[in-house]
Formats: sequence, C-alpha cells, structure tokens
Amino acid sequence: MRTDLTSEIVRLTGQHLWLVGIAMALAILMGVPLGIVAARRPAASRWLLGFASVVQTIPSLALFGFLIPIPVLGGIGPRSVIIALVMYALLPILRNTYVGIVTVDTAVCESAVAMGMTGSQLLRLVQLPLASRTIIAGIRVAAVTTIGTATIAAAIGGGGLGVFIFRGVASVDTTQILAGAIPAAAMALLADNGFGWLERKLSPV
Amino acid sequence: MPVVEFRDVSFEIAGRRILSAINLCVEAGESLVLLGRSGSGKTTALKLTNGMLFPTSGQVLVEGRSTRDWDPIRLKRHIGYVIQETGLFPHFTVAQNVGLVPKLEGWEADRIATRVEELLQNVGLPGAEFGSRYPRQLSGGQRQRVGVARALAAEPSVLLLDEPFGAVDPVTRFDLQEQFLQLRRTFEKTSIFVTHDVREAMRLGTRIALLAGGRVDFLAPPGEFQQATTKEARSFLACL
Repeated sequence: MRTDLTSEIVRLTGQHLWLVGIAMALAILMGVPLGIVAARRPAASRWLLGFASVVQTIPSLALFGFLIPIPVLGGIGPRSVIIALVMYALLPILRNTYVGIVTVDTAVCESAVAMGMTGSQLLRLVQLPLASRTIIAGIRVAAVTTIGTATIAAAIGGGGLGVFIFRGVASVDTTQILAGAIPAAAMALLADNGFGWLERKLSPV
Repeated sequence: MPVVEFRDVSFEIAGRRILSAINLCVEAGESLVLLGRSGSGKTTALKLTNGMLFPTSGQVLVEGRSTRDWDPIRLKRHIGYVIQETGLFPHFTVAQNVGLVPKLEGWEADRIATRVEELLQNVGLPGAEFGSRYPRQLSGGQRQRVGVARALAAEPSVLLLDEPFGAVDPVTRFDLQEQFLQLRRTFEKTSIFVTHDVREAMRLGTRIALLAGGRVDFLAPPGEFQQATTKEARSFLACL
C-alpha cells in the first residue's frame, strides 16, 4: 500500500511537472514576443493586455469546461489542460514584458537610437536586458499560479497531482488530499524560490 | 565644405513651428554654441543634424549630403551625441559603454580596447580604475565624462552636445568645461554645443548662435557677441 502510494506520487508529480513545463514553455514563447509587440505598438497593447486580462477573470474550472466541447484543440485530457494553463500564464508574462520594456529610462533609449542602434539592436542590447528582471518576475508569478491551477486538470482527465486531491475529496480521505497537495505546494515553493533567485541575480540596475 | 550646414531649415510639429528658416554653417574644427532659452529650438536643431528628426522644409547637410540622403543608421554612427542625462547604459560597464559604437561598427576587440583606453585616459578616468565600473558607481561629473568619451569613440566627424553639463554642480561644471576645451585641442573635433548658460557659451564657443522664437537672433564669435544689441542678446548678456 505504502509503496503503491509512493510510486503513484512520483508518477503524478512527474505528470504534473510535465503539464506545467509544457504550458509554461508555450506561455513564455507566446507571452514575451506579444509583450514586445505591445510595447512597440501602443494600439496593439490595449487589445493584447485587455484580452489577456479578460481570460484571467474566467474561473479556471469553467475555462476547462468550455474547452471540452471544442474540436481539435479541446476535448477531455491533457491538451485542454495545457491550453487553459497557457491562457492563464499569458497575462503576467505579457504584462511584465510590456511594462519592463516601456519603463526603460527614455534617456537610455534615446541615446541608443542617437548612437545608431537599429530597432533590433535596441531591443536586444538595451530594452530586453533592462527589462529582464521584470520579465522573470512575471514568469515567476505565472509558474506559481500554473502549478496550483494544474491541480484542477484532473477534473477533465488531464492527470497530475489533482488526481489525488479529487479522489481524496470524493472519499473524504485526508491522506489522499495531502498526497496531492504537499508535492504541489513544494513544487510551487521551489518555482517561487528558483525564479526569485534568478530575478535577484540579474543585474541590479 | 562646411561639416554641417542648415539651409532654410524650418521644422514644425503638430502645427507648431519650432524652427523658422534657419541658415547656419559649421566649419571643420569649429565649436558652434547654440544658445537660447528653453523651447527655443536648440535640441531640435541637434536632432535635425543627426537625422533623429527631418526638416519640414529646407535641408540639413552633413559633409555636403542632405540628412535625407544618408543611411539613417550610418549618419547617427558618424555623429557623436551627448545628452544631458548622458543616457549611459546602466547594465554596461564604463568600458562597454564607451566601446559600444565601435563594436556595432565591427571594430576588432584589440582596436576597441586601445581606443577605449585612450579616451578614458583623455577624460581623466583611467581604464584600469574605472573601466570595469558601472555608471551607478560614478559621480554625476564622471558620468558626463564617460558620455563625452562614448560620443567620441568611433571617430565621429562632428560632436553634438545637448546641455551636457547642465545637471552638475558649478565647480564640477567648470572642470568639465576645462576638460572639454582640452579635448577639443587634442581631437580637433567639430562640435555643436547646446546650452542656455551664456557664460558657458562664451567660454566654449568659437561662435555663438543665439536662437529665439525659432530663428537665429544673433550669430557671432564670443568677442563680438558681447557687443550684441538685439533685445534677446541683451537679456542673455545681462546674466554675465
């Protein structure tokens, strides 16, 4: 019994990590470029930030529910879960990328342009490095929330540590609930500390 | 051929006229000071010179070629620019800041290092001591020196300075002006220097162009400028 539980904890923790990892990777790949677009085009920024904010207001269980009937993208299983997680993680990453870039000292940007930097050099050599701490802070928030939200994935057959929690709630079994909650909490703490460390490590300017 | 020439240059933004039919020539080795009150169009004139802005009518020629005909990136790298807040890159060391344009221009590492060392030496911030510091570890005056060194790095044909010493205390300011004069002698650089301080203008200019209401109100070497009789010039001279 005990070894069964341990091996299931390991398996579901792995699954949880996989869900979160894929979702975070996709959210970063989308959120950072979209944040850059928003920072460069004020007209786009309203739409992008507005859309991401609206998504965030949808209750997570409802969003999972909405995705089930959608063909190709949705359905029962990990695909819907990953899509929902990406949508939630997008806002903090997009917003922090946007804020990080637009709050770079205008004198610094102006002198970069005056020195003959091209648009991409300005972005690569000046804006992104100076925004990096803020961007990492956004990723940190996104990672912590995604780890928590991913526990609901079990509701639509996405697996992960939520399996324990739902099972524990259904059978009023505290051990099962803790078997899901403790690793999820530990994972969130690790992510918080890891990204926090990275944030501090980046040049304190 | 003048290094920089303004031919009937007017500039308007949002229907507001900033400069009206300006004519100016800056000859090689000259230090032209643009003197004027806030909002008189001094900074606009600098930005028209390095192609950050383009005239609404007339043309600005750099080395005989209209700024519109220059490749915009080439033009900017060909001109050194120092702004009041220096705009040093906070995440770059002093040496990286100074070596940036040469690096963008694809100079070899050795050549960049030699050039950086030479310039830092010339602005009194020896590389061994200051090269690896970050801008936040420097005083206001030191940052301005780095700003000037950075603008000189890629051997620009002309140096534009927008109130570079405006934000430092009077004593430091005096030292910086002294050093600027020395640098001019060393590098024989053509420069356009913007200031609202008539003392600074008298000290650093080979000629002073007084801007008022978007026009050149008076243009003369410092000696003659002191005899100027226009109303605006008298107001400035009264500050001496």
